[in-house]
Amino acid sequence: MKLKTLALAAVLAVGSGPALADLLFPSFSYRTGPYAPNGIPFADGYADYFTLLNERDGGINGVRAKVVECETAYNTEKGVECYESLKGDNPLVIQPLSTGITYQLIPKATADGIPVHSMGYGRTSSANGKVFEWVFNYPATYWDGASIAINHIMELEGGNLSGKSIALIYHNSAYGKEPIRTLEELGKKHGYKFTAIPVDHPGQEQKSQWLQIRRDRPDYVLMWGWGVMNSVAVQEAANIRFPMDHFIGIWWSGSENDVLPAATGANGYKALALANPGKEYPIYADLKKYVYDAGKAAGDGTHAGEVLYNRGMYAALLAAEAAKKAMEIHNTKDLTPAMMRDGMEALQITSALMTELGLPDFGPEFTVTCANHGGSGLGKVQQWDAEAKTWKVITDWIAADREVVDPLIAEDADAYAKEAGITPRDCN
Amino acid sequence: MSVALLNLIETTLNGLMAGVMYSLVALGFVLIFKASGIFNFAQGVLALFAALTLVAFQTGQVPFAHLVNAIFGTELHKWGPGLPTFLAILLTMLVMVALAFLIERLVLKHLINQEPIILFMATIGLAYFLEGFGDLMWGSDVKALDVGLPSGGSFWWEDVTREWAAEGSGYYGMYVDLLDVSAAIVAVALVVVLSLFSQYTATGRALRAVADDHQAALSVGISLRTIWVIVWSIAGFVALVAGIMWGAKSGVQFSLSLIALKALPVLILGGFTSIPGAIVGGLIIGVGEKLAEAYFGPMVGGAIENWFAYMLALAFLLFRPQGLFGERIIERI
Repeated sequence: MKLKTLALAAVLAVGSGPALADLLFPSFSYRTGPYAPNGIPFADGYADYFTLLNERDGGINGVRAKVVECETAYNTEKGVECYESLKGDNPLVIQPLSTGITYQLIPKATADGIPVHSMGYGRTSSANGKVFEWVFNYPATYWDGASIAINHIMELEGGNLSGKSIALIYHNSAYGKEPIRTLEELGKKHGYKFTAIPVDHPGQEQKSQWLQIRRDRPDYVLMWGWGVMNSVAVQEAANIRFPMDHFIGIWWSGSENDVLPAATGANGYKALALANPGKEYPIYADLKKYVYDAGKAAGDGTHAGEVLYNRGMYAALLAAEAAKKAMEIHNTKDLTPAMMRDGMEALQITSALMTELGLPDFGPEFTVTCANHGGSGLGKVQQWDAEAKTWKVITDWIAADREVVDPLIAEDADAYAKEAGITPRDCN
Repeated sequence: MSVALLNLIETTLNGLMAGVMYSLVALGFVLIFKASGIFNFAQGVLALFAALTLVAFQTGQVPFAHLVNAIFGTELHKWGPGLPTFLAILLTMLVMVALAFLIERLVLKHLINQEPIILFMATIGLAYFLEGFGDLMWGSDVKALDVGLPSGGSFWWEDVTREWAAEGSGYYGMYVDLLDVSAAIVAVALVVVLSLFSQYTATGRALRAVADDHQAALSVGISLRTIWVIVWSIAGFVALVAGIMWGAKSGVQFSLSLIALKALPVLILGGFTSIPGAIVGGLIIGVGEKLAEAYFGPMVGGAIENWFAYMLALAFLLFRPQGLFGERIIERI
């Protein structure tokens, strides 16, 4: 009898084929430390989207997604440790959520053959897919952001920035320094005077910087900040009565955390947006039904609809769509990181697809190609309404100045290729 | 007056104000070090914890709501509309006293007669514990703190100082933040109250006796454990004041605990055992770093004030290792 049972089990096992492993999507989160208020909503949005796919659709094309969180505390060393501990588990894509960690992982992930997606952050020139085969930063880069902000200001100034002055207040780190070169080049083109003002980590005390801004009276101030630096800067700007609608942050300086502490003083502050804020989208009905009400949310649900929650969700959506594309290309559901890379490189986000996914008009349409890993480079401008305590999107999608940004990307990517001994791919 | 001179005065004035904010944090360190010889690494976290608790009382937040909601899928957030600010401050103070009592019972009591380095290590552990506990209890969100203090630049001062500049210079007046002025007034009041307390009350004299010599204080019947509870409670009160001032500037968030880093150069410079030293040290550091940032910063790319404060403190150390007002320690072998 026992022999018969064993034989039957053996036949069944052979007949059904090997079970598909879960698709591993690591989440490099920071739920602790000074940057936790920003890290938590992003990580929650990222996890909740995959939970929704698992609970509603049974996963991605029927294969369950598995999110493994690794706490980096926004610390580069810890981020590298997370990568080292996860790289052997077949992670499909690494999203470091830190420019510092991204810089460290670019050579490692390239050598290991694991794709990295630094969505709207990281090394800007990794938009050049010929050099950075394994790194992606779609839908837009920091340099796109700098150019989008300048284009918005141009529109406000009737297309002429000659004689104007623009200051950049930035986090004194690899992240904060990213836009300087682009803003300098755009200054040469448009004739504005550019000043860069650094703020050291964490940015709790910025009196000197804002006294300088008060004395120089620039026409516009741009901000590349993160964490407490943002909220202090907004408060200081309000204190010196700087016109808030002339103060524009990058998309990492435009969350609710950055403006709420300054209360009414923050009214009118602007920030760029990679995607829309708010939860007036059909997907939120599904999230409520399958995730929040089922008690399966990553957090307590209070961050739903916030800027960074939506961004985490968007990052997960782009990863899931790339995984679907990879399955389609390779005709298998058992993905490897290399297959995922191919999926990311063939990713096409259309308006129809976003509507189908329950997020109509949420993000820009874009196509990733062998040569272009940076996406469309589009961004919107959102403005804080302190009374309603909401961000309001005030522009349509604004394009970056490709004439300025693309040569800079090519120059930096070439320099990296020489330094790292990489022969650029032929993408024709 | 020339605009350049007015700008110099403005920078100095704002440096003094920033220095007062640093002194508020440094005071907590000095109080505990004087009474127990412990360098309290957790002072910054105490400020964070106090500010978090105050906001929670003000807004009616349910403790551990995030944890409970995440585990049980409940929708607990607020127990009510919150308390008036004055009552919230009083209750927060009670929480800080209870915390001081628990710290004494659970940590310090077991470390009597241990080396100072052991006690210092215990405060590092305490800092990490309180950070996590505060997050669990009140959540990691950035919270706005409003206790009714004025903030923003003073129009009156701008108008007055505008007249000081030469006509046609386009000078728009000197900037001073009203919140910083409030902090300066509070700091002065705090130092006066603490000085009167230590000079004219029996408990204050007991504190000073313990600070001078633990063994001698014990021999005349002063309870070291009671004194520790009192001194940690006072440090908790100072932390609450610092937490309010800093929290009103940036919102209450984890970064508040890092303000301790701003207090270190102040302590090195002013001395670990002197309350006036904490104030004067704070003022020197505040002015020094602001002037350095304004006048030397542009030559070297800016953002020098953080490390400049430590360099300034180290320069003082070369000449007075005990700090400006610290007690000279003479050990005979």
